Amino acid sequence: MASNHTVVTEPHFLFGKLTFDSIPYHDPILVTTFSVVVIGSIGLLGAITYFGKWKYLWDNWFTSVDHKKIGIMYILTALIMLIRGFSDALLMRSQQAIALANESGAGYLPPEHYDQIFTAHGVIMIFFVAMPLIVGLMNIVVPLQIGARDVAFPFLNSLSFWLFVVGALMLNISLFLGEFAATGWLAYPPLSGIDYSPWVGVDYWLWSLQISGIGTLLTGVNFVVTILRMRAPGMSLMKMPVFTWTSLCANVLIVAAFPILTVTITLLTLDRYMGTHFFTGDMGGNQMMYVNLIWAWGHPEVYILILPAFGVFSEVTATFSRKRLFGYSSLVWATAAIMLLSFVVWLHHFFTMGAGASVNAFFGIATMIISIPTGVKLFNWLFTMYKGRVEYTSPMWWTVAFFITFTIGGMTGVMLAIPAANYVLHNSLFLVAHFHNVIIGGALFGYFAGITYWFPKATGFTLNETLGKWACGLWTVGFFLAFMPLYVLGFMGMTRRLNYYENPVWNMWLLVAGAGALIILCGILVQFYQIFASIRDQRHNRDMTGDPWNGRTLEWSISSPPPFYNFALLPAVRDRDHFHDMKNLGLAYKKPKQYHRIHMPKNTWAGVVISGFSLVMGMAMVWHIWWLAILGTLGMIGSFIVYTFEKQKDYYVEIDEVEAIENAHYERVAHANDKRDDNAAPVTISI
Amino acid sequence: MKKSVVKTSALLLVLASTLLLSGCNYVLFDPKGPIAEEQKSLIITSIWVMCIVVVPVIIMSIWFPIQYRSGNKKSEYRPTWEHSNLIEAVVWSIPIMIILALGTITFLTSYSLDPRKPIESKEPTMVVQVVAMDWKWLFIYPEYEIATVNEFAMPVDVPVEFLVTSDTVMNSFFVPHLGTQIYAMSGMENRVHLMASEEGAYKGFSANYSGFGFSGMKFSALAKTKDGFEDWVNEVKNSPEVLDDENLAKLRKKSRDVPPAYFSYVNPLLFSTIIENYTGALNGE
Repeated sequence: MASNHTVVTEPHFLFGKLTFDSIPYHDPILVTTFSVVVIGSIGLLGAITYFGKWKYLWDNWFTSVDHKKIGIMYILTALIMLIRGFSDALLMRSQQAIALANESGAGYLPPEHYDQIFTAHGVIMIFFVAMPLIVGLMNIVVPLQIGARDVAFPFLNSLSFWLFVVGALMLNISLFLGEFAATGWLAYPPLSGIDYSPWVGVDYWLWSLQISGIGTLLTGVNFVVTILRMRAPGMSLMKMPVFTWTSLCANVLIVAAFPILTVTITLLTLDRYMGTHFFTGDMGGNQMMYVNLIWAWGHPEVYILILPAFGVFSEVTATFSRKRLFGYSSLVWATAAIMLLSFVVWLHHFFTMGAGASVNAFFGIATMIISIPTGVKLFNWLFTMYKGRVEYTSPMWWTVAFFITFTIGGMTGVMLAIPAANYVLHNSLFLVAHFHNVIIGGALFGYFAGITYWFPKATGFTLNETLGKWACGLWTVGFFLAFMPLYVLGFMGMTRRLNYYENPVWNMWLLVAGAGALIILCGILVQFYQIFASIRDQRHNRDMTGDPWNGRTLEWSISSPPPFYNFALLPAVRDRDHFHDMKNLGLAYKKPKQYHRIHMPKNTWAGVVISGFSLVMGMAMVWHIWWLAILGTLGMIGSFIVYTFEKQKDYYVEIDEVEAIENAHYERVAHANDKRDDNAAPVTISI
Repeated sequence: MKKSVVKTSALLLVLASTLLLSGCNYVLFDPKGPIAEEQKSLIITSIWVMCIVVVPVIIMSIWFPIQYRSGNKKSEYRPTWEHSNLIEAVVWSIPIMIILALGTITFLTSYSLDPRKPIESKEPTMVVQVVAMDWKWLFIYPEYEIATVNEFAMPVDVPVEFLVTSDTVMNSFFVPHLGTQIYAMSGMENRVHLMASEEGAYKGFSANYSGFGFSGMKFSALAKTKDGFEDWVNEVKNSPEVLDDENLAKLRKKSRDVPPAYFSYVNPLLFSTIIENYTGALNGE
């Protein structure tokens, strides 16, 4: 760990700052983790080799430009990173549960290790769990909801995904090679500057976020274009499903906000590598500029996470209330309002920096104004249930759990938005409780609802409902136990990121919070078991019709999983709830008279290879191995040029193939309906 | 069996009440000065105002899904009902009105509780200069030419202006019992006005993570009577140590869990020297 390493000031020509000392072999926790990871990886890679699946993986997944497969890979990566991020959470909770002492060295994690853990926890949960979960969902759902055959730029989509993977990979490598940043997740200078963080931790932070952030930016461009240009005929903007609307707003935010992150990180990189002073006092630099810039990205980022979750709740509530969504246009306007307002509130993250009363008042009130459209959204969902027929499926469980938790989170958010109150609440555990309240109880519950809801669409079979409800229950109870105590501790004046403390009353509350974290752990374990059990029992859970929930929007009109071209014929959309309408009119599941050839993009190696070179470049930059960094950069540019010279980037699916795939689907639907008539299954298709 | 249930629940009740009601632990609700006092009532007011909308929403989130569950065939079902001007008007106007009220409060308190606003008092304002260091707090009394580490004193009912800077990374100077925290940043001087209205020893700390020694960056804020304060000043003045270059160099070295220390003399210009250290060539000219 950081305490025992040698900082190499003069990088070696071949190895840069890398020495044998860079491997933390003296830390038992890391050595154990490392062994487990190595044994696991060898087992996994060995199994793939043994079963001869490399070619399958390469051809069908790694090089795929199919938005559905990329979406699934995003979500799988997110779930793996969730294990890492949540392990960090458990480490912190257990440290704080036992670290009742009045001097350094309490508990089992010294600050040098603990501070990396809370930094990694924040970075992982935001960038490598929440972001890929929502980008994955958007990938799977948006093209299907708008009746498109893929995203606008399929290769770019693959590149985005692999760049994101490189970021995640680098973050995990930092665990076993060198160190990670110990600066807090946003790495404020001067602490993140070269004087106060001389080794490689912050560099890992810089390069993993820079590389994955560029991937996210490309995703944003891709989805804005996809949604604006590739909707099925007849789908005007105000006929788009709400999830697509919220995704559009989130991606506009990505396009507008992520360049700020890119630039901010670049400036900090220059400060650390080239000795510039953008963010340190010398030569006219200013640390406050960094804080402003990073939050000018950071606040919209929060809405990038939550808006699509709002979209999920809209879809889920309407579907399972068996009713049209209440106040569609109101919801759309509220979303757009939130999107715009999210750019004028960033200063509320640092009221205590000493801006004048007028500035603080402006940003405080702007922040509160956001709660108006947010409140309206909640009412709209509530009135969608009103006079409906609410079915308690597990997505609906997550939704109701969200209503209650998110309301509390919203309230504490408004409290924090009052500058004069913020002066005592800022940086306390009250703040920590608040943002976990909105990110878990808001965004994450939404992602889980969405994953459960669209799982059958992506895979062809539903997730086990009973286990899903257990997971939701455990998460909700665990959440309240883990985070309500933190609100209390905030009122008790406990500040965040403490490694030890001397107030025994805090200790009791922290023990309760620790118990809550263990219950959440049970929830996560149930979720993993749910996925396992559902795959095991998929014969019984198979979705034959493509419409397991009696859905309302386009994605349910095609088979589950959809054919790789999604729609044999592009639908002509007449209504917001187009598919529901078609079912009511008896027009659903009608075989078209004639099919056409379908134009599709080919798979490509370029995303994987370019990202592979970016990993080489990133790692070389972290360790100051300049020759390798140049090689990596040249590799990226070179492989991109080679790719642009490839002439055959697309192909046509012939009519015979389309017809065969579609006929098989119609047969399954007919078969499923026959069976359904016999034993009156709960899901009905109204033809 | 029953007895044990009663016993356990009684025990839980006692435990819960000790947890919730151990009053003095809720520092934010136990103000010891006018600023903290106003912040306490601000927090409580905002909670009440928001309950106007939060409570109905929570009730509706429980009531609607139960009332309109699919099993309850008696409840009304209107599958195509999707708009109501009346409901829209209500759900937009209620949050707007609440935010109007809270926005007004926000506006007013942003000015009345502005950290830079002097506290009105018959007593003249005392100045204490605060420097965040790795990882301890240096307090300088320019009037008395004394300095202390990790402990400062102030007379009760005398407004104090804290001038805050940092000799290292960003920190936040915070005494919850007194109210408002403010960031300590190198090369800059931040200001916060606070006052104690009751004698006592209050805990202060850095509220912004500043590196490995951060958790130990604690100090005591002693609120004393005028005489008590004079005694304390004299005690500091009697300290054998002075804050000369040698001791300053020692202080600037990284150290953790530093006990309080007194310095009987300090150059009253030290504070501005520390700020100038970080303003660099371009600003310094």
